[in-house]
Amino acid sequence: MNAILGNAAVETAALRSDRFRLDREGDWQRLEAIVVRMEKGRLRKISDEDLLALPQLYRTVASSLSIARETSLDAATLSYLEALVQRAWFVVYGPRSSLFEWLRGFLGGGWSAAVRGIGFDVAVALTVMVVGVAVGWLLVSHDPQWYFALMSRDMAGARVPGASAEALRATLFDGKDQDGMSVFAAQLFSNNAQVSILSFALGFALGIPSLLLLVHNLALLGAMGWLYHGKGLLLDFAGWICVHGTTELFAILLSGAAGLHIGRAIAFPGNRPVLTAVAEAGRRAAVVMTGVVLMLVIAALLEGFARQLVDQTPGRFAIGGFMLLLWCSYFFAFRGNAGPRRRKVAP
Amino acid sequence: MKRPRLGTRPRSAPRSKERILVTPEGIALPVTVAGRGARLGALILDLVIILVLVIGTTVGLVMIAGGAAAVGRAAHGNGAAAHAIQFLIVVWVVMMFLFRNAYFLFFELGPRGATPGKRLTGIRIAARDGGRLTAEMVIARNLLRDIEMFLPIPLLMMAGTDSGVAWIAAAGWFAIFLFFPLFNRDALRAGDVIAGSWVLERPRQKLQAAMTVSALAPDEAPGHPAWKYRFEQAQLAVYGEFELKALERVLREDRAEAIETVYHTISAKIGRNDGWNDEKRFLSDYYTQLRARLEAGMRMGRRKADKHAGS
Repeated sequence: MNAILGNAAVETAALRSDRFRLDREGDWQRLEAIVVRMEKGRLRKISDEDLLALPQLYRTVASSLSIARETSLDAATLSYLEALVQRAWFVVYGPRSSLFEWLRGFLGGGWSAAVRGIGFDVAVALTVMVVGVAVGWLLVSHDPQWYFALMSRDMAGARVPGASAEALRATLFDGKDQDGMSVFAAQLFSNNAQVSILSFALGFALGIPSLLLLVHNLALLGAMGWLYHGKGLLLDFAGWICVHGTTELFAILLSGAAGLHIGRAIAFPGNRPVLTAVAEAGRRAAVVMTGVVLMLVIAALLEGFARQLVDQTPGRFAIGGFMLLLWCSYFFAFRGNAGPRRRKVAP
Repeated sequence: MKRPRLGTRPRSAPRSKERILVTPEGIALPVTVAGRGARLGALILDLVIILVLVIGTTVGLVMIAGGAAAVGRAAHGNGAAAHAIQFLIVVWVVMMFLFRNAYFLFFELGPRGATPGKRLTGIRIAARDGGRLTAEMVIARNLLRDIEMFLPIPLLMMAGTDSGVAWIAAAGWFAIFLFFPLFNRDALRAGDVIAGSWVLERPRQKLQAAMTVSALAPDEAPGHPAWKYRFEQAQLAVYGEFELKALERVLREDRAEAIETVYHTISAKIGRNDGWNDEKRFLSDYYTQLRARLEAGMRMGRRKADKHAGS
């Protein structure tokens, strides 16, 4: 800062520690000025030169703090330095300001890597889902009253045990002149996204509620499968579900697996501290969940538009099968470059 | 997580919010965990802002659509007007979803790491291990927020408000999640546990003038400092670093009665009273020489914590 006054002051300072401080004060105040501007959100007002100097200045001031701690007893300077280093640390180790870059790393491998990272949980969740379908089917075939235990009468509409084949067929193929499809899709997405966030967050209770939610949802599917099977419409029903279901059920599978992953980290942290294990699992699961929300957007679009517009079973299977293939190859075959963020470790 | 365990903390401050955080450079920084009151205040502010945004968007979209009654009629029709209305409804549904889920994400992912509410209450989020605060952490802690705060409300509505069991379940839920920060030392919410983040106070500290420069009268500078009062080593040896800090505080605050009290204490202790009516100068000379002595000792690896310590 004030170089001339600074030099005179360095001469007159009585103590070595004060001379040390006056020598370095300029750097400290430059760093403080940059940090203050960043804290106020005025990123554009910072010159490129300052921005480039920031990590270097941060380390300089941090080392000033280490030296001052060993040589100076000036409490005011020490607490100023501690506060300044902390504020600079917030900025230097803060979140990357570019959401776009994070997104690129996320799509370019970060997401699929996270999904592979919770592979075991995905396998468990898949098993649970298959068991859920089987349970739903067996329960209802044993006693049709179970159907209403799984599904409310409002939701069931025409899909009730004893309904005629024509009525059931109508629920599958009669969507053409339905209006407000875009509204329907948006609501579906909003609702499904909240449900999957719920199933993820319930992982906090050791993952058991996540699994229960999976079983309940899939038992419903099993029950409906039984209903349509009774009228020989199973294949058409599968096509009807398949259009968006391969995407949506995959998303629900992943969110359940993400919840389970966290629950597992809480229950069995291994030889790490529980908090560390949970935080690690939580971060990986959060990446998966961001992707799940994306998948649900696509699922809602498919459900709202593609299912109503494509009115025959082979076409529906083609769309659903293609989506399934796409997801599987993205998650398990695509390796990507794990994103540019991996290279930037420290400033 | 290099926080001192219970046993090493001073007994006098069992609920202290001071923690030690180690940066990747290996520098231990004292940080202050944000108080629960400040966090509650920040949350309420944010919720109010979200509510204002929701109401503003709704009113704005209804005005564009031309009246709520017309919306109800037109949305079920066919034709160009109906499609426009449907589009607006889609915009509304998406906006509500974003307000609910993306508001916190958007602000906490910025360089300030704080929502407007947090900024107003002077707190922000940081990584608990001292490393970088990543986007994954911010996402994880905010995905759980929804569950912590809002989940029991739709459950209550589904079960009906006169269902006793639902109320008990909701109360239990709140007891676990909403009050989670009350039951751990760092005031972590469930989302913070999952993400590995915590909420800290933002420090504000101005750089104050160097003591030994300002202590000198302008006519004596430059040149080697000539003490008006010189103290013997024996007179300096009675105090340690703790007293030095107290003396610095008194000199910086510069309140006449405090300076006089301290002057009397010190002059009685070292047996000198020639600083009468010139207490401030006497004390600042004493401060400088005491600091010089203690810092010289420090360089030699000898530290004297307070007046009771040896050496």
